[in-house]
Amino acid sequence: MTDTGFDVAGLKASHRPVSEFRYEKRPVVAGYNDRTLYVNVGDGRIAEKPVSADTRAKFTGGKGYGLKLLWDAVTPATKWNDPENEVNIATGPVGGNTNYPGSGKSIVVSISPTTGIPIDCNVGGYFGPFLKFSGFDALELQGRAERDVIVYIDGDEGVVKIFEAPGEAVDSHVLAEQMVAMFARDENDRQHISSVSAGSGAENSLIGCLNFSFYDKRRKVARLKQAGRGGIGTVFRDKKIKAVVVKYSSLDVTSNNPADLAKLQETGLKLHREIIELDDQQCRMREIGTAHLTEIMNEYDLLPTCNYKFGSSPDAEGINSHAFSAIVTHGLPDGCWYGCTMACAKAADGFELATGPYKGHKVTVDGPEYETVAGCGANIGVFDPRVVLELNFYCDTYGIDTISFGTSTAFIMECWENGILDSDRTGGLEITWGNGPAALELLHRIGRGEGFGLVAGLGVRRMKAYFAEHYGADPKFLQDIGCECKGLEYSQYVSKESLAQQGGYSMALKGPQHDEAWLIFMDMVNNRIPTFEDKAEALYYFPMFRTWFGLQGLCKLPWNDIEPADNASTDEPAKVPEHVDNYLAIYKAVTGNDLDREGLIRQSARVYNFQKVFCIRMGKGRRIDDLPPYRMVGPVTVEEYESRADRYDKQLREQVGVDPSGMDTPAKIAALRAYREDRYEKLQDAVYKRKGWTREGIPTIETLQDLGIDYPEVVEVVKPLL
Amino acid sequence: MPKRLSCDNSKCIACGACMTACSTLFFKVDDPKRSCIRIEQNGPEIDMSVCNQTCRLCVAECPVKALTVSPQGVVMLDRKLCVGCLACVAVCPTGAMRHYPGLANPFKCIACGACARKCPTGAIGIVVEE
Repeated sequence: MTDTGFDVAGLKASHRPVSEFRYEKRPVVAGYNDRTLYVNVGDGRIAEKPVSADTRAKFTGGKGYGLKLLWDAVTPATKWNDPENEVNIATGPVGGNTNYPGSGKSIVVSISPTTGIPIDCNVGGYFGPFLKFSGFDALELQGRAERDVIVYIDGDEGVVKIFEAPGEAVDSHVLAEQMVAMFARDENDRQHISSVSAGSGAENSLIGCLNFSFYDKRRKVARLKQAGRGGIGTVFRDKKIKAVVVKYSSLDVTSNNPADLAKLQETGLKLHREIIELDDQQCRMREIGTAHLTEIMNEYDLLPTCNYKFGSSPDAEGINSHAFSAIVTHGLPDGCWYGCTMACAKAADGFELATGPYKGHKVTVDGPEYETVAGCGANIGVFDPRVVLELNFYCDTYGIDTISFGTSTAFIMECWENGILDSDRTGGLEITWGNGPAALELLHRIGRGEGFGLVAGLGVRRMKAYFAEHYGADPKFLQDIGCECKGLEYSQYVSKESLAQQGGYSMALKGPQHDEAWLIFMDMVNNRIPTFEDKAEALYYFPMFRTWFGLQGLCKLPWNDIEPADNASTDEPAKVPEHVDNYLAIYKAVTGNDLDREGLIRQSARVYNFQKVFCIRMGKGRRIDDLPPYRMVGPVTVEEYESRADRYDKQLREQVGVDPSGMDTPAKIAALRAYREDRYEKLQDAVYKRKGWTREGIPTIETLQDLGIDYPEVVEVVKPLL
Repeated sequence: MPKRLSCDNSKCIACGACMTACSTLFFKVDDPKRSCIRIEQNGPEIDMSVCNQTCRLCVAECPVKALTVSPQGVVMLDRKLCVGCLACVAVCPTGAMRHYPGLANPFKCIACGACARKCPTGAIGIVVEE
């Protein structure tokens, strides 16, 4: 045994080599290697692939590279668990610089188990940058191994190995520690190791996530950031991959070999100073991370409460930022990549687990992030911060997405409330609002792949079908309250009073995640985009702008979770113009290439439209796939309507032109619904037009030509639909 | 503790000998921008700026623990560990953690005393506080 408590020698002795590949180490040139790494865990093939000049010009990097490789690997018939499906990981050209905050992101893509179309996740941790500095702009993982394997990329030595690994843990908080213990020479070397792993829950559900590790030198813990959405962890475990590990020991400012280091430093230093000066007056990210949002969302009636029925709760104080601030450790440089002074990756240390297989263990729990507080808190009626943290910990280590778990559990609780579920059907679990112990036990059953846990782990869309088929539930009611679109569970904002955000959610290519657009304040609070055309313009610009982070390996947060002191007095404060200019500056400083604001949007638009066509190729991406469940648009139930009756009655009078007096609540719900659903359809028309798509949501040939992505196989997908 | 430079700007004549000594020792060039101690004349006022070794905000901010406090109480940078993020430069309240554009690592005063030895007026000294 070592001082880490792992029998590393014993684990190593159990390894059986599968294959090995040696490659020539070359320095990165201005953010690029121009080669990618292909690993097939099924037949053991490992190879490097050159990146063509055309691919680099059209797909830029990061998500663009991941999607291009995935497109070439699959067919329209490929299912998530076919061996040809891939898990592709890439940072981008700007990714991995240590100067500009938020520059360490990896983008993961795969065909999703829950949606059947490409999913993409933007995740922190050290893996993507270390992969690039080891020599590869992207990693393709294909095939399915017969027995559990680990893939090890040694960027110091220029070697890639696949080996069978029967002894290592599956759950991530143990496995990530084993990987640093196994591959680091000494304590200082641990920071040079990063692993990607999933967990036992990812094996037994469709909502599995990936954990990307980053070694925290002060806590002496391999911490984890999640590529959460759409079940990529499930694909990973289906391939029998326990971990992919990279080692790179020579990180410094020259690793990414920027064209103009001085300019990169100048721009980074400017933002560092802005964050250090202003963050405590703005978002308090350095104090409590994204969890600062909870009370803001509660105040604006946007905090999903009891399956998005309501937007606030008098109990929300129990899980507000101050509740978690009292639990997390303060004063540490909590960046998930070097040089991120925003430092939002908070953690509670020495947290003693009260349930499950690790009961009694004292662990470090990353976060909680806002999405987890809302999803594993208010949305399931839980307002105990320790229950939220315990759910957060187990979701992470089991490799379960906290957002999908929260939204799925909220749906289950509402089904219980409506008599669709009972303890016979849940195996004795009383899954009622606010029952934290039941939510935890449900999570453990997902982890074990046991009983009702197997049903819950299917996600909301499949549960709807299951409950209708097996329990005779009304499919229309299930459709109304089950908060998923395209098969992906919604993230944690109430969108009822913001038409633009309804579009931002359900027109998002991969499914309803808010990373394409978050327009609620702009739309609902500040009324800056009143017309359909205004909303469509916002639903063009922001998804394109935000796509760019995924091409470059960047985090969205330092864009607008910190703002220059004079931002409010600029022409378009929602865009944070000075920070957009920072991005143009660092892009040029790294790559040496000029880029203007229009060029930035075009880089994104190419990949965005390619992804759209990819969705169509895989059988979704049509107008009908962009329709939200009504719960995300307006009040479904009498209880819900009457909880905000003044608001809705006023809207009936002033917007719909209907006098609510004398109407019963079901009639009022119906009138409001007809109005809101019609407005959503009009929004679809306006957005598709602005994006250069047909009324059915299909990119036109002209749009593809204009963007230079009119490849024959791309045109072939859309042509029959035009 | 800590060991640090003491500066008495009433004695300083802004001759720049200290900056020459420092930058020559550290960087082999005579360049005030590469000196850990900075002397600026603002009208009749002379500002002397150098790390006081006491606030240690930079030590707390460093993600790789490249900044540590020596047994003498001096904040030291280990360039082998430094990844050049410059968070320490941004967090320094007195601007005494230095950055020169294009250089991989920041730099700072380690109270070596080279500048004090060259100071013609005794404006700079080394003190060890108890």
